[in-house]
Amino acid sequence: MTWTWLIGAVLFLILAPIAGGLIAGIDRKITARMQGRVGPPLLQPFYDVGKLFEKERAVVTTAQNFYVLAYLIFIALSGALFFAGGDLLLIIFAFTLAHVFLVLGAYAVHSPYSHIGAERELIQLMAYEPMIILAAVGLYMVTNSFYVADIALTTVPAILYLPGVFLGFAIILTIKLRKSPFDISTSHHAHQEIVKGITTEFSGSTLAQVEIAHWYENVFLLGFIYLFFSWNPVIGVVAVAVTYAAEIFIDNVTARVRWQAALKSGWLVAGALGIANLAILSYMMLGGA
Amino acid sequence: MSTMAFLKRSPWILHYDASSCNGCDIEVLACLTPLYDVERFGIINTGNPKHADILLITGGINTQNREVVRNLYEQMPEPKVVVAIGACAATGGIFRECYNITGGVDRVIPVDVYVPGCAARPEQIIDGVVTALGILEEKRAKMAGAARMKDEVRHAEQAGEST
Repeated sequence: MTWTWLIGAVLFLILAPIAGGLIAGIDRKITARMQGRVGPPLLQPFYDVGKLFEKERAVVTTAQNFYVLAYLIFIALSGALFFAGGDLLLIIFAFTLAHVFLVLGAYAVHSPYSHIGAERELIQLMAYEPMIILAAVGLYMVTNSFYVADIALTTVPAILYLPGVFLGFAIILTIKLRKSPFDISTSHHAHQEIVKGITTEFSGSTLAQVEIAHWYENVFLLGFIYLFFSWNPVIGVVAVAVTYAAEIFIDNVTARVRWQAALKSGWLVAGALGIANLAILSYMMLGGA
Repeated sequence: MSTMAFLKRSPWILHYDASSCNGCDIEVLACLTPLYDVERFGIINTGNPKHADILLITGGINTQNREVVRNLYEQMPEPKVVVAIGACAATGGIFRECYNITGGVDRVIPVDVYVPGCAARPEQIIDGVVTALGILEEKRAKMAGAARMKDEVRHAEQAGEST
């Protein structure tokens, strides 16, 4: 009983980069097909990261390597805590801290592009944070626990109580997965544009670490989506796949918005979908009790 | 150093217009369209020398951008290759007599592959990049070999000190 949590964490740490890289490969393939192209091989993300480790270590400030490593470690830690069934609030705080390290890494170098990226990453952080916290609160209201282990084993169909929270979470997921219209601090596309900002000064193995952290992050976020459907594992897995496919579709059909619009969207969904959903839920619960 | 060669499968490109008439630039960008889709080979057009493996230069070098080209080249981490695209990038082309033109790209930085043509066709550009991949792989192997030799010397020295 005391062992099972460790297995989840270890499995996540080993398997998440593999799963995350494959998801990124499938993502790039589907994106290419949507654009009428053949697209890169499925394993392309692994080739890219392998290549980055082969490159010369050109470092502007050694501090940036420390910050990026801290980013990778805290992302992996928050994901490991999640799959170990840990406290959702602690996981969210570790997750936020990880991104603060990424921002510090970008600020460590005196480069205007890097600084713009760092500022935009902070704006993104402000945009999605309220909705993530509301999602945790919503899951607590339905299952009476902040522990992922309890939420994952619940028999209550959380999605039926939290449709607004889920929709809001799906919208801020677009920010987190770095997809249009909210890919303002760094993007999977637009490699020549200022939106590549935050990664400007990272190269070689440092950039590879950012990429691996992103894989960890994506698997963790898809796990979060699963919690809304965890009363039925089959529906859960299908819902995760459908949500991710929808994110790829949105990425390809929308244009990038300005940072003001990204911030407003994040807070609007947190207010209109998140808080409204929770308010109705608590009213219903009071009436029922 | 890894002996697996990922570099050939994931060449990221930096494209710089030195003083081209834009003919070659349009052809370079044509390579990225769905018709040619160079991402099939893992090629990505980055805008950042620090992420790039291959520098594609179109047009001759002029007195204003000598320093810019040098700077871009020096910011790229090793191993790296340079591909000069079009007649102007090779020799200065029809602009070579102009008062402000220094000449081809190789007057400023070492060039590994020359792609001829005015303008160079997308097929030729892709062919040039594929040729560059072979040279890139050679450079990588040499770099890995040099790093390994350095390590061996250092280990030998440490072993010598400890005895």
